[in-house]
Amino acid sequence: MALLDVNNLSISFGGLRAVDNFNISIEKGELYGLIGPNGAGKTTVFNLLTGVYKPNEGIIRLDGEDITRKSTIEINHAGIARTFQNIRLFKNMSVIDNVKVGLSEHFKYSALEGILHLGRFSKVEKEMDAEAMRLLKVFDLDAERDTLAANLPYGKQRKLEIARAMATGPKLLLLDEPAAGMNPNETKELMDTIALVRREFDMTILLIEHDMKLVSGICEKLTVLNFGRVLCQGETKEVLANPEVITAYLGS
Amino acid sequence: MKNKITKQNLITYGIVLAFYIIVEILMLTGVLSSHMKGLLVPMTYYAIIAVALNLCVGILGELSIGHCGFMCIGAFTSAFFSRATENSIPTVPRFIIAFIIGIAFAALFGFLIGIPVLRLKGDYLAIVTLAFGEIIKNVINSFYIGIDSKGVHFSMKDSMALGMEADGDIIVNGAMGITGTPHNANFTIGIVVLLISLFVVQNLVNSRDGRAIMAIRDNYIAAEATGINITGYKMMAFTISAAIAGAAGVLFSHNITTLTASSQYFGYNASIMILVYVVLGGIGNIRGSVIAACILYLLPELLRGLNTYRMLIYSIVLIVMMIVNWSPKVIEWRKRTFGRLNLKRAKEVA
Repeated sequence: MALLDVNNLSISFGGLRAVDNFNISIEKGELYGLIGPNGAGKTTVFNLLTGVYKPNEGIIRLDGEDITRKSTIEINHAGIARTFQNIRLFKNMSVIDNVKVGLSEHFKYSALEGILHLGRFSKVEKEMDAEAMRLLKVFDLDAERDTLAANLPYGKQRKLEIARAMATGPKLLLLDEPAAGMNPNETKELMDTIALVRREFDMTILLIEHDMKLVSGICEKLTVLNFGRVLCQGETKEVLANPEVITAYLGS
Repeated sequence: MKNKITKQNLITYGIVLAFYIIVEILMLTGVLSSHMKGLLVPMTYYAIIAVALNLCVGILGELSIGHCGFMCIGAFTSAFFSRATENSIPTVPRFIIAFIIGIAFAALFGFLIGIPVLRLKGDYLAIVTLAFGEIIKNVINSFYIGIDSKGVHFSMKDSMALGMEADGDIIVNGAMGITGTPHNANFTIGIVVLLISLFVVQNLVNSRDGRAIMAIRDNYIAAEATGINITGYKMMAFTISAAIAGAAGVLFSHNITTLTASSQYFGYNASIMILVYVVLGGIGNIRGSVIAACILYLLPELLRGLNTYRMLIYSIVLIVMMIVNWSPKVIEWRKRTFGRLNLKRAKEVA
């Protein structure tokens, strides 16, 4: 059975059918790309998957569990983590604290223990620190652990956002235009990071991207959206060679 | 990192303790005038409520301008209890229970008011907290509660409507408030309560829950996507903040002979004054708000001798503090200067 199974997903805003009859099926361990021209509804799909919008129709299943119409928080706990098109970090917190916020669902102590710094507090905090440092090392951010997130360079902010998403222990990682605003070098580095995440965490990834070099370089399968509908779906090479896709991007 | 935070917290406690010791010495040597002595307890409760408001404004990131309302609840509930049990319970346990009651009621109302208010954001939230602050004050102003041999009488009309026996005791007398609350608060207790509230807030900030609260402040969309229960943590921070404000209220009511829910103490002007302490001390900077509260509370009182120039000097001090704490250029200069001092010290040690 597929890890993520989406059937007939639709949403309208007023008279506009932003996403119409969207289907996708992602197997465990796949790196899947979602592409399409501006305004095609890619981010809306992400927002539907993460519960920001509730669909009018359709069913979303993660690992067999129906997560349609659940709240963002419940969906995160069920195992979907995401990053954002415009980076959303906890800017006035340190790098390690950003990751520790992501860890807080898995390392728990009561509020009273937190206020008094007693009981499980020291032990759990130590474990959290160790786990956060392990993650930061993977993303090569361990040297910046005490830097404020706002003061990181752009490329590292992207990495930190992925690290924070990974800290929540997801089954599926959604990346919304991770290469937006990056120069070719940074994009190259990002591709390495994504490959690393797959290798290290055996992660299933769905990403939205406009950078065709990145898409053709790392994605195994693609879904092309145009005007809210699936235009084409399949292996990356075949999809990119499809004349309809080229028309949608470049015009006829 | 961990040690650095602990050290910063210890410095805060150290400053408060050092200040306490200096003041105690001054009192023993008789340098302090009785006017000055009278300012000490108010200074501690204003510092406490500044800490409470900083938790709400600086850590949670929600602007509240009705915090004096929670202080008012803490003050009245605890004063009512102290007055009602003045002759039946000895001082020490009574005052402790008064604290618990004041804090519990302020927290309860913080929780109840938080349910509608925390659905709002920014300016709207500020306006509604302001309204609730005023509502609390005005409702308390219309309470009449008395006790006689038949039990507790309650009215919202006037004291005659209570239908009290001749030897009955009217405790809450409408706009005239509560008279004759025992003077149990003193400077030492104020400092102890201040240290406890600092302990609670600073520890909270450096815990799992505190990080979640600050994450909501920094970016609530990302916090939600990271699995943080936004409503729960907002309520938690707001309730704790209200509870600490309630503790300040307990000190307030046990330091004053006639407790009235007047605008002077519990109106929006008072709330904004506390907000000034928080903003000038540094939003999110707990130690800063304590220091700012002490300086800005004492200053107008100490300048009373200059009468007409008093508010002029006060406003100049406000401007100077604003520049020192917030101007990027000055912050840079401060870092350079203090950085050099630290360097020198490091060299001397070497």
